[in-house]
Amino acid sequence: MEHTDTAEPSRRDFLYIATGAVGAVGAGALAWPFIHQMNPDASALALASIEVDVSAVEVGQSITVTWRGKPVFIRQRTEKEIAEATEVPIADLPDQFARNANLEDGADASDANRATTGKEAWLVMVGVCTHLGCVPLGEAGEYGGWFCPCHGSHYDTAGRIRKGPAPENMLVPPYKFSGDDVVVIG
Amino acid sequence: MAGHSTYEPQNAGAKWLERRLPVLSLVHGSFVAFPTPKNLNYWWTFGGIAFFVLVVQLITGIVLVMHYTPNDALAFASVEHIMRDVNYGWLMRYLHSNGASMFFFAVYIHIFRGMYYGSYKEPRELAWILGVLLFFLMVLTAFMGYVLPWGQMSLWGATVITNLFSAVPVVGEAITTWLWGGFAVGNPTLNRFFSLHYLLPFVILGVVMLHIWAFHVAGNNNPVGVDPKSEKDTVPFHPYYTLKDLFAIVVFMILFSWFVFYLPNYLGHADNYIPANPMVTPAHIVPEWFLLPFYAILRAITFDVGPIPSKLGGVIAMGGAIAILFVLPWLDTSKVRSANYRPVYRFFFWLFFFTTIMLGWLGSKPAEQPYIAWIQFFTVLYFAHFLIVLPVLGLIETPRKVPDSINDAVLGKSSDAA
Repeated sequence: MEHTDTAEPSRRDFLYIATGAVGAVGAGALAWPFIHQMNPDASALALASIEVDVSAVEVGQSITVTWRGKPVFIRQRTEKEIAEATEVPIADLPDQFARNANLEDGADASDANRATTGKEAWLVMVGVCTHLGCVPLGEAGEYGGWFCPCHGSHYDTAGRIRKGPAPENMLVPPYKFSGDDVVVIG
Repeated sequence: MAGHSTYEPQNAGAKWLERRLPVLSLVHGSFVAFPTPKNLNYWWTFGGIAFFVLVVQLITGIVLVMHYTPNDALAFASVEHIMRDVNYGWLMRYLHSNGASMFFFAVYIHIFRGMYYGSYKEPRELAWILGVLLFFLMVLTAFMGYVLPWGQMSLWGATVITNLFSAVPVVGEAITTWLWGGFAVGNPTLNRFFSLHYLLPFVILGVVMLHIWAFHVAGNNNPVGVDPKSEKDTVPFHPYYTLKDLFAIVVFMILFSWFVFYLPNYLGHADNYIPANPMVTPAHIVPEWFLLPFYAILRAITFDVGPIPSKLGGVIAMGGAIAILFVLPWLDTSKVRSANYRPVYRFFFWLFFFTTIMLGWLGSKPAEQPYIAWIQFFTVLYFAHFLIVLPVLGLIETPRKVPDSINDAVLGKSSDAA
């Protein structure tokens, strides 16, 4: 192709590149629907919020409810559990962030930040281990909180990771108490 | 090596076809007249055995799909329907589920054979790389297939493995959501896994063809590790190796049948006969036996490495355990192929074999001490084999004298006189 031998780029060079560029953009635009079809569909996104009546949950008891296809633990903690969680210095925690969707991102992982104001005994969190997604067992593990049987992550009584491969504290979903005994999640 | 085909079409039909599409001479040149080293031992039959099992998986898989329903509410029941109602459904399913184990069993022997006899060395690097790619595709296919019955192990195995991607910095969460088609493993996940589980075996079939093509260019390696130098070193593939492979396949079918008819659930997990429940994780999640060594390596990294958190570190180590196989041809610095002539390598080969067996056993144990410490020990051995032993050994080891030709080796001639 002789035109490529000339020092000056020719009109034809420009046309080649422009055609190629438009083709690449077109291919990319066409690829997107094929990729995006795998993302959560409208029916999955439509799962909004749930209301849970927790009046039957006594001190030291937990229930598990389903929210967005995932288990959510709701536990009314004992005085001892709260005391244990409060005593731990933040600096000793592997993950020092609250991971609480109801607080701003940088909030520290104090026990108060894991619960909600006025309802410090209640722990509401997504019951999914932050390692590889198993459901941890309650009142188990070296810290008396939760233990994930899959790969040995130990969580304390505030659902904070203390030992094992999980990188983060269990997530606190967006929730609020709408009344004394009703939790609205989502 | 393959040379020009000497195939001469004999009848009018074959002549007509040959002029238009020379597929008969291609088959003749590749699987009939193909000159094959005359000293291949039974370890060489496992490629053919693996291909046989692939065909079994394709046929039984196509049959199972005629009765299976890929829906989270119906999948488990449809598998039980196959087991109880469909004529010979139990046989189809047990052949398929045990076939996966048999496929990996044959392929693992095939891989270790390649390692022992240095089959990955120049000029067969690409055949080896395609083989590692095949192994990776098999892992993907087997993993997705295990999800389809939608039992407890299906669901939680899928959850754990897809969550590996959440270890990727920044975009990890988006990737897992995209893989799931939701906020947890659910019906969309089951559907897409079913689609891909049907697709991938045909991709495997295509790559198998490339794999065979690649080592047919250079010809088979052999236990001596010296390429054929004359016609005295080779025999035609048919009937010598067609029948040897066939005999080995028949013997292998005895093992296969023993599992299918006497121990059909021995290699599975009882938990997978409990319908999937997203609220409860089984107390002890383990993958199928053939993935256990890699699962052990995933769990070896219990500590942060600099800026890399342990979770990502485990994923990197597990991925690295397979990825390192791709570059094996360039990590082994020895020019001598066969371990028969490398006494020191032979020791390390068996040590590596032992390491993978131990990792497999430890991978089935709970995530507690002392298992974790042992997993870490053997993980170090696993990587040291590739990164330290193989590069260094080629430089310091004195190999035994390699025979001049296959013929000399077979006839027991000492090559010292030559």
